[in-house]
Amino acid sequence: MTDEPLLRVSALSKFYGSRVGCENVTFDLWPGEVLAVVGESGSGKTTLLNCVSTRLLPSSGTASYRMRDGQWRELYRMSEAERRFLMRTDWGFVHQNPADGLRMTVSAGANVGERLMAVGDRHYGRIRATAVDWLSRVEIDEDRIDDEPRAFSGGMRQRLQIARNLVTGPRLVFMDEPTGGLDVSVQARLLDLLRGLVTDLGLAAIVVTHDLAVARLLSQRMMVMKDGRVVESGLTDRVLDDPRAPYTQLLVSSILQV
Amino acid sequence: MNAQSNDIATYNFAYLDEQTKRMIRRAILKGIAIPGYQVPFASREMPMPYGWGTGGVQVTASIIGPDDVLKVIDQGADDTTNAVSIRAFFKKVAKVAVTTETAKASIIQTRHRIPEHPLNAGQVLVFQVPIPEPLRFLEPRETETRKMHALEEYGLMHVKLYEDIAKHGRIATTYAYPVKVEGRYVTDPSPTPKFDNPKMHRSPALQLFGAGREKRIYAVPPFTDVVSLDFEDHPFEVQTFDQPCALCGAENVYLDEVILDDHGGHMFVCSDTDHCEKRRADGHHGHLAPETHLASEETEPAE
Repeated sequence: MTDEPLLRVSALSKFYGSRVGCENVTFDLWPGEVLAVVGESGSGKTTLLNCVSTRLLPSSGTASYRMRDGQWRELYRMSEAERRFLMRTDWGFVHQNPADGLRMTVSAGANVGERLMAVGDRHYGRIRATAVDWLSRVEIDEDRIDDEPRAFSGGMRQRLQIARNLVTGPRLVFMDEPTGGLDVSVQARLLDLLRGLVTDLGLAAIVVTHDLAVARLLSQRMMVMKDGRVVESGLTDRVLDDPRAPYTQLLVSSILQV
Repeated sequence: MNAQSNDIATYNFAYLDEQTKRMIRRAILKGIAIPGYQVPFASREMPMPYGWGTGGVQVTASIIGPDDVLKVIDQGADDTTNAVSIRAFFKKVAKVAVTTETAKASIIQTRHRIPEHPLNAGQVLVFQVPIPEPLRFLEPRETETRKMHALEEYGLMHVKLYEDIAKHGRIATTYAYPVKVEGRYVTDPSPTPKFDNPKMHRSPALQLFGAGREKRIYAVPPFTDVVSLDFEDHPFEVQTFDQPCALCGAENVYLDEVILDDHGGHMFVCSDTDHCEKRRADGHHGHLAPETHLASEETEPAE
């Protein structure tokens, strides 16, 4: 890890009228670091993620990102064209529902290749070879490359969505409940895969989840949110093993023991 | 213009009222200024159903003058219902001269073909367009496609071509083949066969596109670059036919298949009827040409 963060978020707030989405959130994210944002539903996790990933504009606060050339750019002052370019090159966004992040009516290969074509690759053979490579990295058989994601199971769709996001070699990936709605064995394999990819590629990631096990497995650091505010943050192991805030203690003690 | 003449006194010259024509002309001028950009316009009800060329008819009605000579083709043919009806319409409401000869026409309204005879400077080709948005079948949201045009995000168009190659081993899109106009806007050339795409490139004629139902007008000014999209390892190529026209023997033209009987008999003939008739009048013969041929139609003068 370098001595400079990748992303700096400062005093970020988002209000929906008089309702609080998230309030006064401040954190830094370093390259290669995975940050988990946990909390119950309605706690503002997804609002925070959407603001940081510029899918939503916050009511106040700033977020700066260190571009590949080392320049710091303030995200909410960039033009829409620049933001969208960043979104499809240096960033990835993995949606909870794969249908939101995939094109369901084009083949798996084209789903993976779309970002390459969007940044100007015009060689079919190369695009396809890259797609084959990425499908194998997310454990999808090569012979499924021409099938539409509609014909895929939930777990495969989620893996395809991950491949589609990682193909341009992003440095920062946002994940919104990446294992939500999958059964446990599929979840376990997906987590395994994600952990491997994150380590191999040195990705930084912000993972929103309500599942503390996912946070434990993937992240180095975590933030606990309640009612739009961060109630506790720190190293994942520390927060989970020695929760200090009363709400975190409640959350940790609510895990079902099998 | 002189609206109150004797027989159809209630109609203005060329059917549309002058304010509407001005509005459409403004859209056309904007389209010419920004080649390939889809300009919204307030499309009017026309006395024909959507899908029959209401966009093209409105463009033609807005640019036609009493001295113009109009040709209308439908899939290359001058003698099909759509072409005959639209020609008769303008003969009636604008009293203009009509012709089937490409070279003699000053305005050619076309449904899905560009004539084989090369167009000249000063001629205007008016396309009837059903769906002007080349990205529509990939991205259904208009708000999103307009943003994609604005930000020049055209990766998605290649996704379609990629799908073609993945499914068929080659780019199987044969009509409405997407083009990039003047290095900027990706544009739908209307459902012309891709055979005609090269004719759009640096054409001396002005090309106007009208989509009535979708309420869009766009234009390719004369001598504008029109490049068909492709991949480096799967370059754009036009259809080829392994036999010449059965009636006039023409090669390197776009052919239609015509069924002759119920036993599988068929022949391939020029889709451009004017071109075919001209060649036969000049003495060219295909292997199925009848012994006596029809003399090609003359220009009908304005009444």
